Amino acid sequence: MAFKFDEGAPVLEIKDLNLSYWTRAGEIPAVIDFSLTVHKGESIGLVGESGCGKSTVAMAIMQYMGSNGTIKSGSIKFKGVELTELNEEELRHLRGKHISMIYQEPFAALNPSLTLGNQLKEVLITHEDLSGAEAYDRAVQMLTDVRLPDPERVMAAYPHQISGGQQQRVVIAMGLMSSPSLLLLDEPTTALDVTVEAGITKLIAEISRKFGTSQIYISHNLGLILEVCDRVFVMYSGEVVEEGTINSLFTWPKHPYTHGLFGCIPLPTADKNASPLQPIPGQLPLPHERPPGCNFGPRCDFFQDGRCDRGVVGMDSVTGTSATDHRVRCVRWTEIDYGAEVAHGEAKQPMEFGDTVLEVDNMQKYYEVHDRSIAAIISGESVKFVKANEAINFSAREGETVAIVGESGCGKSTFAKVLMGLETATEGAVRHEGKDIAEIPVRERDPKQIGKLQMVFQNPFDTLNPSHTVGGQIARVIKKFGVEQDKDKIRDRVMKLLDIVKLPRDFYYRRPRQLSGGQKQRIGIARAFAGNPSMVIADEPVSALDVSVAAAVTELLMEIQREHKTTLLFISHDLSVVRYLADRIVVMYLGQIMERGTTTEIFDPPYHPYTEALLSAVPIADPEVTKREILLEGNLPSVLNPPKGCPFSTRCPRKIGKICDEDRPPVQMASEGHAIACHIPLEELRRVEPVIRVPQEDERVHVKEASA
Amino acid sequence: MANSTTTTLPAQTTGAALMRALKSFALLRESWVGMFGAGIILLWALMAIFAPLLAPYEPNATLLAYQRPPWWPGMEVAEGTPTFLLGTDHVGRDILSRIVYGSQTVLIYAPLATFCAYAVGILMGLAAGYYRGWVDDVLSRIADIILSFPVLVLYVIIIATFGASPVNIVVAIIFASSPGIMRIVRGLVLDLRNRDYVAAAQTRGESSWRIMLVEILPNARGPLIVDACLRLGYVIITIGVLGFLGLGMPPPDPDWGGMVNETRQIALAFPHMTLFPCIAISSLILGFNLLADGLREISLRD
Amino acid sequence: MLIFVLKRIGFMLLTMVVVSILLFLLLEIDIRGVATMVLGPYSSEEQRDIWLQQNGYLDPLYERYLRWLGNFVTGDFGESIRFKTPVSEILWPRLWNTAILGFWTFAVMIPISLILGILAGMNEGSKLDRSISVTSIITTSVPEFASAVFLSTIFVFWWKLLPGTSSMSDGFNFRELMLPVMVLVIYDFGYVARMTRASMAEVMTTHYIRTAVLKGLPYRKVILKHALRNALIAPFTVIMLQINWLLSGVIVVEFAFAYKGFGALLLEASLTSDIFMIEACAMVAVFVAVATQTIADVGYTYLNPRIRFS
Repeated sequence: MAFKFDEGAPVLEIKDLNLSYWTRAGEIPAVIDFSLTVHKGESIGLVGESGCGKSTVAMAIMQYMGSNGTIKSGSIKFKGVELTELNEEELRHLRGKHISMIYQEPFAALNPSLTLGNQLKEVLITHEDLSGAEAYDRAVQMLTDVRLPDPERVMAAYPHQISGGQQQRVVIAMGLMSSPSLLLLDEPTTALDVTVEAGITKLIAEISRKFGTSQIYISHNLGLILEVCDRVFVMYSGEVVEEGTINSLFTWPKHPYTHGLFGCIPLPTADKNASPLQPIPGQLPLPHERPPGCNFGPRCDFFQDGRCDRGVVGMDSVTGTSATDHRVRCVRWTEIDYGAEVAHGEAKQPMEFGDTVLEVDNMQKYYEVHDRSIAAIISGESVKFVKANEAINFSAREGETVAIVGESGCGKSTFAKVLMGLETATEGAVRHEGKDIAEIPVRERDPKQIGKLQMVFQNPFDTLNPSHTVGGQIARVIKKFGVEQDKDKIRDRVMKLLDIVKLPRDFYYRRPRQLSGGQKQRIGIARAFAGNPSMVIADEPVSALDVSVAAAVTELLMEIQREHKTTLLFISHDLSVVRYLADRIVVMYLGQIMERGTTTEIFDPPYHPYTEALLSAVPIADPEVTKREILLEGNLPSVLNPPKGCPFSTRCPRKIGKICDEDRPPVQMASEGHAIACHIPLEELRRVEPVIRVPQEDERVHVKEASA
Repeated sequence: MANSTTTTLPAQTTGAALMRALKSFALLRESWVGMFGAGIILLWALMAIFAPLLAPYEPNATLLAYQRPPWWPGMEVAEGTPTFLLGTDHVGRDILSRIVYGSQTVLIYAPLATFCAYAVGILMGLAAGYYRGWVDDVLSRIADIILSFPVLVLYVIIIATFGASPVNIVVAIIFASSPGIMRIVRGLVLDLRNRDYVAAAQTRGESSWRIMLVEILPNARGPLIVDACLRLGYVIITIGVLGFLGLGMPPPDPDWGGMVNETRQIALAFPHMTLFPCIAISSLILGFNLLADGLREISLRD
Repeated sequence: MLIFVLKRIGFMLLTMVVVSILLFLLLEIDIRGVATMVLGPYSSEEQRDIWLQQNGYLDPLYERYLRWLGNFVTGDFGESIRFKTPVSEILWPRLWNTAILGFWTFAVMIPISLILGILAGMNEGSKLDRSISVTSIITTSVPEFASAVFLSTIFVFWWKLLPGTSSMSDGFNFRELMLPVMVLVIYDFGYVARMTRASMAEVMTTHYIRTAVLKGLPYRKVILKHALRNALIAPFTVIMLQINWLLSGVIVVEFAFAYKGFGALLLEASLTSDIFMIEACAMVAVFVAVATQTIADVGYTYLNPRIRFS
């Protein structure tokens, strides 16, 4: 090998790096003026919204930019070796041995037609010249280290035979096989369920401690960064805008963008009435349309003509307060006093709730599944029932926001389908404005009735039909529901709806591909509200959007709801969003309701053990909030083969015995409207400590410091 | 803001829609392969339209008592006989005129058959992909059975049984091609039907046919247009092959495949009689295949 | 897996039965027509009646079909009207000749198209890729009869290197086989090469190939171990289905070169209304097509662990 490591040098040292991509439109700078140093055992977080260049940095470190990516200038040194000067063969010795990478989608990262053992072993066979048998033993040991049960079985399995969480553990094991000095993690938990994510996050946090591996952790989630990293770099539009230790940056964010990001995240202290989210106005500039001066300028509240839009803005060290190792790219950072502005958006009166709009009474939805294996046909059990929804009970009143929370496979989407009439219930009643619609498919519903119950869909990229204009799609809804018939009146109504969702009127003629994700979602909202609905179902409406856009869409949705006194059924996997906007919460697991009650009832004891685990799993981007750690063992059971007794019994840390495995838990009423389905006596559940502890405002570090 | 100027938007007319269609066609300029293909097709289309003006002679007229090779500079011909650019065939007809008129045959029947096959295939594919269940089972089985025939075996049997006429050839092509189109459409629909905008249409109670035709079909147009170009090329091959096998358009009207069939026995003595019709048909098919490739390249870009 | 194989075989038999019914109805529902074809256009009405009577054509349709089917399954295809001998005596030797043609075509086509397809797919957008793509577009644009004409003109008329017909009247002759094989390879290789290229190009952009590269594996190993295993699943199916295409191609090629094979036999039978020969040829063709389809389906499942273990 032509290179020699300097063990005294930092593990990674990036200086003044500029990266560009060549596209048909010309050269597009993807990363500008980027510097970063990683020491041994250190964990660095790179955080930012999509398109900020964070993944490009990782690919540049790996020297795997694709044919259209180039390093314009700057240096990347790994233990003193300049990576940009290495040839392909030298890089090969480095990749997988000294620097490893963990990817966002573990399933896509594993070769579907090779056994996992084969894929693990080849790292050692290539880099350490081990024999197959030695490599096998090391791989089994590594699988044990990443806490995979039954490593021998995993070695012989193909990727599709294990769950998503297990796949990610295998990918992590693969990355650690050759004890690399640096691990790059690109959104390693984004594709996973919350409770599974918590386990992986903990594992990643342990790695640097146990193996001394340095890490660069890329994420859009500030809460996760807080749990895993020592230092954090905030990126915006290709530049680092702020960097510092976790404590310093999270407590005293100096850049208006960083500060804005925190305003967009529903922290446990946020409240939709008293302190609403503060979305960052505007959108991320396209890479070839970046403004002069500060890239964040056009969206910044503190923008000053002639100062912020002139020249190149450099990084400046933050001094004063208790800031440590903290730098910011803002010309006005010393002048901005975030305490002086009104700390939160204007407070609103809580809503008055009206009559009951929706009443779900013991609703069940079973699917038949035909098992065509030989064993099933012989034993005569070829038809199985998937209990997608079992005994669903709850109600919602006018103007109220009810949230259904659960992980994948919990039945929340099936429930939405039954409500919308895309599926019919197997049993029970669903009364909307007094009429039982549980068994009426949508085609047999009256158009007015359909218009009263509408939906906002999850994926902004296919919520709108790409072949039709935005205006045409909204107009169709208005006509279909008989709101207006006259052509001009329909048009006026569409224009009004565009006003309501705060989009310019000339969007009428636009086609969906000319719109950003957030704008599409706004049109989706306009469409749902076109028929003057009494109730709107929102199925994860913001989960695919960037934080700052999500905040704006969430606020918009709630504002329209408030104005129209609409009942909102908000389906989500994210407890922090739900806590922020819901009045009441229904927690589901494997098709059943585990717990339901008002938001405060859900977030305070008594908890259902599943709710408790869910609360603990949600990352919170506030270093002063403390959490009790509850890690769940095992995987989500398959809906096809759920546990016989309590659905949560296979993973429950508070399981009390055989009764949990065999009997359906009773529904216990902790108070009126607060129901918990659990075998554990209520008194015992009441004695459980709260999972999340938020400090009082006057206990907070920055408040104390300001007053001192 | 927007509130102050109520609906001062320009009304969108059919003219604007036409402009958009032209604009999307202009995209083709970015692929030289596609442009080249479109050029060949255009050339043949013009040839077919202006055949009476372009063909030097009456295509079915016997003009010479003997065969003559193609013209070359300095070629010696008998006094008083006309010039034949591409020579004459076995019965003394002008090959150039027959090729020019032959383009009419191909460019009428091939698009017609393809279009009809598409109409049938799209309806079947929409129904199978959207309704799934037994509709899908029945339609897919029928398609499987038709597709299990080697195509040409199917054509040969059909044409041999019912006779060679333009109508029978078109019907046979529809019968043999629509199952393949159905499979493609079905595959696209199975993917598109899970999109949220389809769910949105369902949740507002739209009829199934409206969802299929208005919500789903327009979004499948990209791959279908590419496939239609390829298939058009293939239908031209089929018509040519049937003519070559003696199962094509009845004589004496010119048909490229038939021209090869009629003269193949003496091709080793007079290769020009088979060569030129083969060049004609290959170039037209090449045109469609290149256009398809260009369109695919463009559609993959964004 | 076993269930799947049995199901595929069951489906194959069902297809054969349906095809046989259709074929039977198409060709034999008009019994007077059958008699005319067998006895010739100059036979008298009485002769035809007697023939129909003797051969059981006045029995109900389903009885006739079942008897026909029974004969078919036991290998009795009836007597050729044209050759006046049992169909099977003509059919099997002809089929063998076509098998020879098919074998050589595949033996040449598969290596060429797979290698070109893989090379093109490995370096998507490279010069090599573009030239392979354009070449395959051009070759698939030339119908078999046209390339037969072009090649004959070049090799037979101009260069006088190869014989213009391939009747193999003096036993097996490799020189006579060359032109038919060339024509079939030229028309077919482009399609297989393009499919292979598409499959390979898709695999090369997957994340697991990136994983393999970033693991530090040698490039050769990335291609041979990680990419090919996945990239060759689709071409396998395509190649098996190509046999179906080949059955179409041989009709043209055998006709063009007077090759005494199965395709020419089917065509001649159709042109001379030799109905029992048509039936036999069609059933054999469909059998070959359906059988290869079944093998393709089963093979696809077997090669794909995601389906094999689920």
